[in-house]
Formats: sequence, structure tokens, C-alpha cells
Amino acid sequence: MTIDPDKLPVTVIEGSRSWQLINFAELKAYRDLAYFLVWRDITVMYAQTILGVAWAIIQPLVQIALFSIIFGKIAKIPTGDIPYVLFATVAIIPWTYISTSMMQSSQSLVANQHMLGKIYFPRLLFPMTPIIAQLLNFGISIILLVAIMIYYQVTPTWNLAYLPIFILMMMLIPAGGGLWLSALAIRYRDVKFAMQYVIQMLMYTAPIIYSASSIPEQYRIFYSLNPIVGVIEGFRASLLGADIPWLYVAPGMVTAILLFVTGAIYFKRMERVFADVI
Amino acid sequence: MKSDEIAIAVKDVSKLYRIGRKEHASDSLAGVFIELLKSPVKNFRKYRSLYNFSDVDIENPDKENEDSDIIWALKNVSFDVKRGEVVGIIGMNGAGKSTMLKLLSRITPPTKGSITIHGRVSSLLEVGTGFHQELTGRENVYMNGTVLGMRKHEVDSKFDQIVDFAGVEKFLDTPVKRYSSGMRVRLAFSVAAHLEPEILIVDEVLAVGDAAFQKKCMDKMQDIGEKGHTILFVSHNMRAVTRMCERVILLNNGRKFLDGSAHEVVSAYLKGDRQTTANRSWPADEAPGSDVARLCAVRVRTEDGENTDAIDIRKAVGIEIEYEVLKPGYVFMPSFALVNEEGLNVCVAIDQDPDWRGKPRRPGRYVSTGWIPGNLLSEGLFSVNTTLWTLEPTRQMEYHQMDVVAFQVIDTLEGDSARGDWIGDLPGIIRPKLKWTTSN
Repeated sequence: MTIDPDKLPVTVIEGSRSWQLINFAELKAYRDLAYFLVWRDITVMYAQTILGVAWAIIQPLVQIALFSIIFGKIAKIPTGDIPYVLFATVAIIPWTYISTSMMQSSQSLVANQHMLGKIYFPRLLFPMTPIIAQLLNFGISIILLVAIMIYYQVTPTWNLAYLPIFILMMMLIPAGGGLWLSALAIRYRDVKFAMQYVIQMLMYTAPIIYSASSIPEQYRIFYSLNPIVGVIEGFRASLLGADIPWLYVAPGMVTAILLFVTGAIYFKRMERVFADVI
Repeated sequence: MKSDEIAIAVKDVSKLYRIGRKEHASDSLAGVFIELLKSPVKNFRKYRSLYNFSDVDIENPDKENEDSDIIWALKNVSFDVKRGEVVGIIGMNGAGKSTMLKLLSRITPPTKGSITIHGRVSSLLEVGTGFHQELTGRENVYMNGTVLGMRKHEVDSKFDQIVDFAGVEKFLDTPVKRYSSGMRVRLAFSVAAHLEPEILIVDEVLAVGDAAFQKKCMDKMQDIGEKGHTILFVSHNMRAVTRMCERVILLNNGRKFLDGSAHEVVSAYLKGDRQTTANRSWPADEAPGSDVARLCAVRVRTEDGENTDAIDIRKAVGIEIEYEVLKPGYVFMPSFALVNEEGLNVCVAIDQDPDWRGKPRRPGRYVSTGWIPGNLLSEGLFSVNTTLWTLEPTRQMEYHQMDVVAFQVIDTLEGDSARGDWIGDLPGIIRPKLKWTTSN
């Protein structure tokens, strides 16, 4: 075997931290692993089920039906001139993605703690895997959305061009939340117990079952600091053809970016000691 | 040594762990309840402090006080490994071997010091990391391969070899959960065996499973070593270490204790702080035992009376146990057991001297010697455990000591041992010289 010493990668392992927040060169070296981790998540997601990927449609479908009956028919929540089913669908689909991927991302390190103690690879891959893998379910549930839009004869407008921005924002929220929560959860298992209430709270504070316009005008700026508000109002506007409510979107966008950056900093600070605090 | 020949440079590395302090436990119900109410604050402090060592003087690992809740797993360890070297790391439990592995594998950072690695590293602390029960054999090969640091195209090119080596062709598309445990281990090991990193870091836990599998592991590792890769190998198995490694590092209590040729370091380790492993004695106040009897000394000797740890395979060897009976009226059963390098109990020998069998003994010193005939044990290292049982008036154990003495059985290859004219590797737990007849 011939080895050219100049071409060998050099790794320095030290107690001190490096300044670099995300080591992109290393992530690149492990890109095949990232691919297989996502692919593993997807492959085992519906393993040994009868209905398989149909669950990606059934889950939001049941929620839409439930919400439409309880909040649309019984509580008669005002939604302007949009039918309640349509109103709820465009919100539930991004919300389902956000809540599931945030939940899984927050548990990703604890669930893989055995691997943490046995092998090294960029720890960032753990919380990021569900963010990508859950896009599959999101993609499938889009079929449901399209079907409902056709039923209500909604014609897409040019606003649809803004949708990718809101999809990105939708991914940024569980990514940032997942970085924070997964690193916290490995130290304090309390996170696991708190998560279901956090998710529930997030759902009721976001305009999923009601319209953001029912929030009193003077509180809207604070209300829209919750980035989920921006995502959902953005989805509604770009899909149903209303004006894009930038006033809701902009503050949320700032919070989402902040959440991600601080999450990455905290994760970076903690990742080296994960194996010691399991 | 030119710097570009160095594969691993470990410089002044220390690692500190915080272990839990013993907590006060209340014994009243009300007390337990109050403790429970106070615990969130206490828990928060405890879990937060797990990795925070600001209260510790990390420059001075020696300044260790007794009641502290920290533990120095490694203390100022430095060594270099040259490219292509096969180095063993040995030491007793708790010496810091596993911590060293974890540092080298980047699983945990050193508290102090630095490690520089030139080249691609694969570390094998277990086989099958990343295996998922629901995935098929084929899928797991890719999963495990990439977890170990291979690129997909590397797995592609070795895929057939991996499957062939594991012998699971027929089950490639079956979920691993339906595999037998043996098949799973074979497949996992096979992936690991086809890694071709410049530097391989291996834990002895790999050597689990049956003897055939262990041998396969060892052969494969020797192969990798011979191809010029750098290997760092942590083990308890002295035979494996001497066979695999040119150089051995002995860790003791978190420090590098010895670093030298495999033979030299291994024999120093086996001797411990004694001059030879063939003799061990205890002063009265430290002697293992009870108020009925205690162990005084154990010696290995030849028929000529020589006290030695090198035994000719053709000659008998005596295990001499000296003990002191402190109370009258007890019937004893002295015994010893032989354990080989693989940890296998070769035999247990029980004192059957007709003069003493079944008779109570007066207080005083006794020496019981058991003779193992020549041409019975195979070559290699044997360690001796010794136990003293009381049979009457009640059955009880007075002492049980592990690894009190050890000796090496050596074949001088003069042609009159069970080897005959064969000088190659010769397996087997025992090596009796049989009577052979051949007819024509």
C-alpha cells in the first residue's frame, strides 16, 4: 500500500472548542451517511403496517374531518368566505409536518444514545434526519391538499410562487427547535415529558383552527413572533390566492432564523460532551 | 522519527469524569417526601455539573482528594504511533483503556491535551453499530458501512465480498430481525472486516462469540496489519496482543506505565509488582481468609524444587499452597483451579492426601502441593485460583483468591514432546502425549 503523506486528512482532537459553527467539509465527507440515515428513517417509518404510506394521508385526513365537524360545524368559527374544510386543510398539512418532525428531532439523540457512545460522526445528522425524512409525508399529504382544492374549485394564482419560501420557513422551525430540544433532552430527560404540552400549546397559539385576523390588531405584532403563524398564514395566502400577509410573516421569519442560529450554537457547545452526559 | 511518519500523536492527554457523589437518603416517610420536593433543584445542579469542571484544577491530576466526586480516567498520557505500526494497549480494568479508545474515536473530547491523527480513522468499538431490525441484510450493509465512515461507492465495490464472507446470500432481502443472532454478528463483522482505513482502532469486545469467530476476527486483523495499516488494539487477551502487536503500551491507573516491545511489556504486566509470577505471599495482617484459616503463600515449583514461572512442557509442575489454621476442629478441602489465557477454566484440583482427608486439623501452618504431570497442559500462560473450603462442622469458604500465581508452559522443541516434529501453530487446551500405534 502506498500512502502519500500530503494527502492524508489531519484530525486534531482537543478539549477546546473550535470557532466554526457548522463544519461543512465534514458534513460533505459524511454525505452518504446522511443520505442513508434519512433513507433508513423513511424505510422503517411504515415497516410492518398494512396501509403503509397511506397513513401519510389518513392522519391529516382524520384531523381535517374532526376539526371541520367540531370547529366548523358546531363551534362555527368564522373563516371569511373560505369553506372551513379548505381553511383547515391548508393549515393542518404544514402543522402536521412541523409537529411530527419537531417531536422526532427532539428525541433523536436520546433514541440513538447507544450510537453516540460507540461511534463518531457529525452529531448534527441526528436532529436533521427527521426534518428531511418527514418531507416525504409532507409531499404525500400534498396530494390530499390538491384533491380538496380541486373539490372546492380553487384556481391557483401567481401567489403560489411564494410557497417555497413558506416551505423553507416550515422546515426551519423544527430544525431550530430540534437542535435546541435534542441537545437539552440528552441532558435533561424532562424534555420528553414536556414535549406533548409544548406541541399542544404551539397548536392552539397558531391560527390552525381559527383565523389570525381574530386576534386584536394591537397584539398582532407579538402574536406573529410565533413563526408558525407566519407559515400557516403564508400557506393560506399563497394557496388560496389572498395577499401575502408580510406583517405576519416577517417577525416570524426573524424568530425562526434566530431559533435556528441559537439552536446551532447551543448544539455545537453541547455536542462534544453528549457521550459523557448520556 | 520524521514527523510525516507519525499516524497518531497523543500529547499530554487527561480525561476527567464526574461520578455521582453518594446522596443522602432519608429513612422516614416525611423525610423522603421532603427530599422528593427538593430534588428538582438538586437534580438540576447534578446534571448541569456533569461536564463542568471549573471547580477542578485540571493542570494537576495528582491533586486528588478522597471524597471528591471526580475521577481522572487518564492522566497526562503521551505517545506516538508510527504509520504501519500495530500497537496494543493493555491494563487492568479501570486503567483507562476504554477511555483512551473513546478519545481516539472522537466520541468524547479530552479534558486536557491534544490528539493529532494523520489519515482516515475507523474505530470499531462494537460490531453492527447502526443496524436496524426492520432493514434487510442488504440495507444494513450500506447503513453500517456508511456509519463506519465508508462512502457508498466503497460499499458498492466491496458488497459481494462482504456478503460472501458473511455467508448470508440467501437472506439478503430478509429483515435483520428474522436473522439468527449468529447470522447478524457474522454480517456485522463482515462489514467491519472490509473497512480499509489508514488507521484502525479496535476494541477487544470484538472478540466475542464462539472460538471460530474469534479466530476469524484475529486472522482478519492480522491481515489488515500486514497490509501496512496502522492498528491500535485494546485487549485483555495477552496471547492475542503478543501475536498481533509489535509494540504494547501498558496503562496503569490512568497513566502510561510502560511502552515497549510486546513481549517485554506483557511479561512485565503479568508479573505485576512482583519479581516473578511464580511466588506470592501475604503478611499475616493482609492475608486473605477468615478467623478459621488464612492463606499465607502460593508457589509454582518444579520437581527439582526450583521456584519458577517457566515450566518445561515435559516436566511436572507443583502448585504449593501454604495456609495457616487458626482454630481447631475443622475439616478442610484445599483446592486450586487453572485458567488459561482465554479465561477458560482448564481444571480444578482438590487435595486428596489420605493422611489428612476427612480429619480435623490442629492449628498451625500447612503446605498442600498438587502436582500436574508433564505432557498434559498445552503451551501458554496459566493462571492459578485457589480456594479453601471447610467441609465440617459446616460447609463454608475460608478464602477464594483469583490469579494468585501464573506460569508459562514452554515447549523447547526438542522433538520428545507431544509436538513431535511439528513446529507450527498447535491449538488445543491440553496436549497429552499419547501412545500411538500404527499397523500395516
